Amino acid sequence: MTRRDLRSVLMGVRARQLGTAVLGALVVDVMTGPSGSLTAPTRGLTGSLLSIRAVIFVALGVALWAFLTFRDRLATYTSRWTAAIAPSRLVADRRYRRAGYAALLAAAIAVPPYLSQYWQEVAVDQIGVYVLLALGLNVVVGFAGLLDLGYIAFYAIGAYSCAYWTGSLPIRPPHVFNPFVTIIFAVIAAMIAGVVLGFPTLRLRGDYLAIVTLGFGEIITIYANNLQSVTGGAQGPPKPIPHFSINLLGIHYQWKISNLPYYYLLLAFVVLILVLFHNLENSRVGRAWTAIREDEVAAAASGINTFRYKLLAFAIGASTSGFAGVLFASKIQVITPLSFVLQQSILVLVLVIFGGMGSLAGAVVGAAVIQWLPNALKTYVDKADLFMYLGAVLVVMMIYRPQGIIPSRRRSRELAMAEAGLVEADALTTASKEV
Amino acid sequence: MAADADVLLDVDAVTLRFGGVTSLADVSIRQRRGELLAVIGPNGAGKTSLFNAITGVYHPQSGDIRFHPFGGKPVSLIGRKVHEVTKLGIARTFQNIRLFAALTVFENVKIGVEARQRTGPISAMLQLPRRRREEREGDQLAVELLEFVGLRDRANDLAASLPYGAQRRLEIARALGTRPQLLLLDEPAAGTNPVEKQELETLIRHINTEMGLSILLIEHDMRLVMSLAERVVVLNFGKVIAQGTPAEVQNDPAVIEAYLGTRAARAAEGGPS
Amino acid sequence: MCLTNHFWDYFVPGIANGFLYALIALGYTLVYGVLQLINFAHSEVFMSGGFGGLFVINWAIADRHPHGLSSVWFVLIGIIAGAVTGGVVAFVLERVAYRPLRRRHAPKLAFLISAIGMSYFLYNLAGKEFGRDARTMKPPFTVTPSKPLFTIFGASVNLYDAVIALSAIIMLVLLDRLVQNTRLGQGIRAVAQDADTAALMGVNIDRVISQTFVIGGLLGGAAGFLFGLGTAGVSYTMGFTPGLKAFTAAVLGGIGNIRGAMLGGLLLGVVENLASSCFGASWVDVVAFYILVLVLLVRPMGLLGERLGRSA
Ligand SMILES: Nc1ncnc2c1ncn2[C@@H]1O[C@H](COP(=O)(O)OP(=O)(O)OP(=O)(O)O)[C@@H](O)[C@H]1O
Ligand SMILES: [Mg+2]
Repeated sequence: MTRRDLRSVLMGVRARQLGTAVLGALVVDVMTGPSGSLTAPTRGLTGSLLSIRAVIFVALGVALWAFLTFRDRLATYTSRWTAAIAPSRLVADRRYRRAGYAALLAAAIAVPPYLSQYWQEVAVDQIGVYVLLALGLNVVVGFAGLLDLGYIAFYAIGAYSCAYWTGSLPIRPPHVFNPFVTIIFAVIAAMIAGVVLGFPTLRLRGDYLAIVTLGFGEIITIYANNLQSVTGGAQGPPKPIPHFSINLLGIHYQWKISNLPYYYLLLAFVVLILVLFHNLENSRVGRAWTAIREDEVAAAASGINTFRYKLLAFAIGASTSGFAGVLFASKIQVITPLSFVLQQSILVLVLVIFGGMGSLAGAVVGAAVIQWLPNALKTYVDKADLFMYLGAVLVVMMIYRPQGIIPSRRRSRELAMAEAGLVEADALTTASKEV
Repeated sequence: MAADADVLLDVDAVTLRFGGVTSLADVSIRQRRGELLAVIGPNGAGKTSLFNAITGVYHPQSGDIRFHPFGGKPVSLIGRKVHEVTKLGIARTFQNIRLFAALTVFENVKIGVEARQRTGPISAMLQLPRRRREEREGDQLAVELLEFVGLRDRANDLAASLPYGAQRRLEIARALGTRPQLLLLDEPAAGTNPVEKQELETLIRHINTEMGLSILLIEHDMRLVMSLAERVVVLNFGKVIAQGTPAEVQNDPAVIEAYLGTRAARAAEGGPS
Repeated sequence: MCLTNHFWDYFVPGIANGFLYALIALGYTLVYGVLQLINFAHSEVFMSGGFGGLFVINWAIADRHPHGLSSVWFVLIGIIAGAVTGGVVAFVLERVAYRPLRRRHAPKLAFLISAIGMSYFLYNLAGKEFGRDARTMKPPFTVTPSKPLFTIFGASVNLYDAVIALSAIIMLVLLDRLVQNTRLGQGIRAVAQDADTAALMGVNIDRVISQTFVIGGLLGGAAGFLFGLGTAGVSYTMGFTPGLKAFTAAVLGGIGNIRGAMLGGLLLGVVENLASSCFGASWVDVVAFYILVLVLLVRPMGLLGERLGRSA
């Protein structure tokens, strides 16, 4: 290739990137612009495209393009490669990480009492519970490389199990328990549901799991709605679900509707789960998942029962979700099928993908950021548009930063190597190709 | 032919078809315990298919494959899953190396070693004593194996960063980690340079004599086959066309015909020989 | 009581539904055939076809009261508008959510995630732009929709069902011919059978994939319009449930298999309607899910077997 050819290719690439930047800017313009309505279906489009807004957005897009292009000049193409193959980084790096986590934990303990009621509630209902959910889904998507799109169904199973065993449903349990005890039942129920669902599906291609769970997530609300005599139907369980309480060895404590006690309970659970999952990731089990993601045939030849490990990841995810369901149910006391609609599954997926699949820190930070942002912006952005933005986040992350904002090192290495065809980076193909 | 008591692997009239292609036609092969048996044949002869049939990757339409593990009852390998075959004591390498490229050299071997461990999710999460013990033992064995194949000083590098010959040796170490009785090597010397080839020959010999493993070896390099193998089986178009000592096979007219035939045919096509 | 009484009364409308599922299922099956990926955003291609058809037909009909031959024209206009919208959306979808990932050899997981992201983006964008209440479509007929047109086995067939079935049959036959007999179809089949070999033989993979999306989009978009016609309304959430069912239909017939998708769609439509006669209408949407799981358990390759390459 002569120098001139190279230059024209580069110009072509640049031109295309500029085009992408402009189109992207216009899409963002439409997304953030005025809405249309039933009677004026074009008002939103004209209001955002045929107004001064469009010019501003395009200018911003071009500016972004210019910035990225000049920055690109500095980074050579090869540097990405060496980064992908370079040996493990310095130990000091890890020490800084540790310190960072300790600081984060200290902040998580110290800050909430100074927050307003509103933000305390966000910290519990929207961030705390969803951090738990994200950690569970991270096992499925990040560790095992599978896709679960009906994850919230297990959350529903957990919540309704809690309602059942605390005697809040129309059907009575054989014995009424404290919500703490129902955690066990809920986790088991969610796990069984996960295994029942995963068993027929995971034997085949992993990608079928995505659609089967999508369907399951949809029908679980149909069940909750239709089985009036069991679940209480659309109104939810007729009796409020009790709060957590401890009556043991002379200690009597009850969690009330107030947020802080629940916050610290959740924080304790989150830290516990973080430790457990961290141990899991660096164990035989975690390595088996990695092996399956990278090369399923080689994993099986190394003695790994690939089906069993996939099912295990799916069941662990499901039970974590069920666990979170109990906490949620006991906190807000009144649940309806509307709390478990399918789009909540997509929300949790966004938390995991945004944070960084396979990264525990990513799941926590992702959940905190994505759940905090809509609340911070709620005076500027229509809440009804939330899932438009979340969908866009998924697409943009997959195109530009599939490893997420706090990537897991293993995962980002894999994704880089997958581009070179060295590994697979997911567990969605069971059918062995050429061996 | 070996007496029954000595038999380790008994491939009995196996036929494997893919649509119109018959990659194994009524193949029968017996391997004695401790034997280093080579399988040779022109490209597309069905050698890799044989390995895949043994390890449960492919499912033959007819015939049986029996494995006689040391001190255990003979078992049929037909219909078994890949990981079950590994647990029974048969490990393999792949013709086109399949390492876990984004993991370190050490982790690759560790995954092999963990085939025989039992740590489950609960003890892993709770760091129970069993996990700690197994982790320690696994680390130790993995280091020993890396030492054995000469990769100890690369333990913390990524598998993908190793040179080709070292990747081949790493794959062997990973297979050895599963503690097999029978090791299947699919063209271990392919793509290696003369020095690496020499190292590999020594390594394979050590595995066979010092570790006492039986080895089934697919190899195109005749010099390597002649120097290593006790016995050679020749496949062509999915059929066994000859077997015997290296010397016998080398002078077998059918074998010469098979190789010359394909070579002549290739020469006619103008392809590489 | 169920399945015996009124069997044909449930059977016949099931056929009409089934044809719609078949049209949508083809989009899933075509894309799965060439890429081995579930196109989660296909339900939004269907939805956009509904909106495209609705806007055009409402605009075209204006204050008229179409009847006779003009009704046929209006239906045709609606189908074309829906199909074109669907095709355009599918084209853009492939460009935005698939091609950049394909360039990078991204893992399959990434494709599924970007597709589901696109699905949520598109339908919520439609909700934002066109309002979140269902919009009504002006009827291109003056007769009342539910009035029986003729009867089969004692079951009455209404005009809408007949129109849907007839249009779907025409499109399905056209598609079948297209895939079997044209160069374009040959390219699609070649890529489906073995993309690498096809590329070596000079097939332009990018173009074939793009065309496959567009063909699926045309059919899905047309189905969106027909769906709007049958239910007299279109809404931004209308894609989800039919999409899920159509995927089930595709798996039921054998994913990647064109005639399988047709068969699966019809079968699902009928079974679902019959089941609703047994369990009640509020359980209709559950049926497809159980069928999906059952197929995966019993006959995962589907009724007619997988693979686009082998035609039937
Ligand atoms: N999965 C498969 N699908 C279809 N045909 C296959 C498959 N695997 C192997 N074959 C066919 O079986 C025959 C034997 O292939 P095999 O890979 O066993 O040959 P080989 O002896 O290992 O050749 P080489 O020396 O090139 O490695 C070939 O014709 C091949 O095309
Ligand atoms: Mg071979």
